[in-house]
Amino acid sequence: MNPPDFGSQPPGYPGRLFIVEGIDGSGKSTQLTLLAQWLRSEGYPVLFSEWNSSPIVKATTSRGKRRRLLSPLTFSLIHATDFSDRVEREIIPSLKAGAIVLADRYVYTAFARDVVRGVPPQWIRSLYGFAVVPTQAFYFRVPLDVALRRILSARPKLKHHEAGMDLNLHPDVRESYRIFQSRILEQYEQMVGEFGLAVMDATRPVEAQQRQLRRVIRPLLPKPRGRVDHALV
Amino acid sequence: MPSFESYGDGIPGVSLEDLTGWLVVIEGTDGVGRTTTITRVRSHLERLGYAVAETGLSRSDLASRGIRRAKEGNTLGSKAFNLFYATDFADRLERQIVPALRAGFVMLTDRYIYSLIARAIVRGAEPDWIKRVYSFALKPDAVFYLRIGVQDLVPRVLLNGGFDYWESGMDLPMGEDLYESFIQYQSRVIEELDQLAREYEYETVDATRPADVLSDYLSRRIAALLEAGGGPAEERGSDGEA
Repeated sequence: MNPPDFGSQPPGYPGRLFIVEGIDGSGKSTQLTLLAQWLRSEGYPVLFSEWNSSPIVKATTSRGKRRRLLSPLTFSLIHATDFSDRVEREIIPSLKAGAIVLADRYVYTAFARDVVRGVPPQWIRSLYGFAVVPTQAFYFRVPLDVALRRILSARPKLKHHEAGMDLNLHPDVRESYRIFQSRILEQYEQMVGEFGLAVMDATRPVEAQQRQLRRVIRPLLPKPRGRVDHALV
Repeated sequence: MPSFESYGDGIPGVSLEDLTGWLVVIEGTDGVGRTTTITRVRSHLERLGYAVAETGLSRSDLASRGIRRAKEGNTLGSKAFNLFYATDFADRLERQIVPALRAGFVMLTDRYIYSLIARAIVRGAEPDWIKRVYSFALKPDAVFYLRIGVQDLVPRVLLNGGFDYWESGMDLPMGEDLYESFIQYQSRVIEELDQLAREYEYETVDATRPADVLSDYLSRRIAALLEAGGGPAEERGSDGEA
């Protein structure tokens, strides 16, 4: 019997989980920050969940990266370790408590990156079978050139794994990064249909994207408790 | 010639061709006498001319330190613990076991995925999920499961310095008392290992026998297996195999 892959369990918690995904330079983090401000101003309890946050696992991940100990398999497993700790101890309790959880990157980042590194797609989907299915995930679609221009102009120093240097794609870091990101982009495009990601046109103005995001999210939100009481009076 | 396959899709980017060694696993619960057995089997095989290497749980370069720290503080969720052990195992598989097999060694492995799967299930992991996680593992040439009932285990553990917090499953809600918890936890682990023995078809060995009888038996069995696979490396070479 095959274990359930990620995506096969319906969420059963009172909270909501929204995800932004996309390659670096897609502007997804900016949009998430704006979204959090809006949700807070509307009276919702908001929790930001970040990638790579469990301190103990983080020490191992950093050590593995620094000393180049990580293979595609161990890279994948150590990130899943960290992510599972976050799901068990941060995301699920918050969703149970009725919070709006916002995550900058989620399982889709691991699926894209790890499959590009040669990890079997079905295995990685099964590995993350424990993850809560989001209320809605947004994919910020951006042409590779636009994203590269934003990133490479602002942050010239690229990290080894971030640039996919472990894959021996190209001896030049920037060139390697370019190739690596283009392959990740392909993976994201394949996941749009597979997981029902809402596609955002990340070349549009920031305000326009934010309006669209709120329009999609608004009907998915629970009614804030304070507001319900007020309406009853 | 020995050759290897994995339970699932294999190890990303690692070719399983040219692995000429043997992978021999000694499984069994905590305190059953695996270490003594392995030491004796090892010297027996070395006398016969085999190059022998050893590995065991949480001995990876990558993750052993992190696992130790996590245990000290009991600060990881149970899924994260299971995946941390999987990371440790993957690192040892890739950086200890596969290179040793490629170099023609007999890799004596003190516990393998079966113990890890059994412990994960006892700690609440979904059985199919954790088995799938470990499906990248190589199928060993032989697995010997040293089995002992929990009541026979207790005196051995007392002789060896008493009950360990983790070996007693004290991180699980199995009772306040270390002894009660040890009995319950180890019984559950043994139950799972029995179940996995049927599923993964490994051999169960009665470990209540005296240590020398047990290690003599295993030494003979393993030597016969290696002999059938062509004997020590230089003899295999001198046979003029193409």
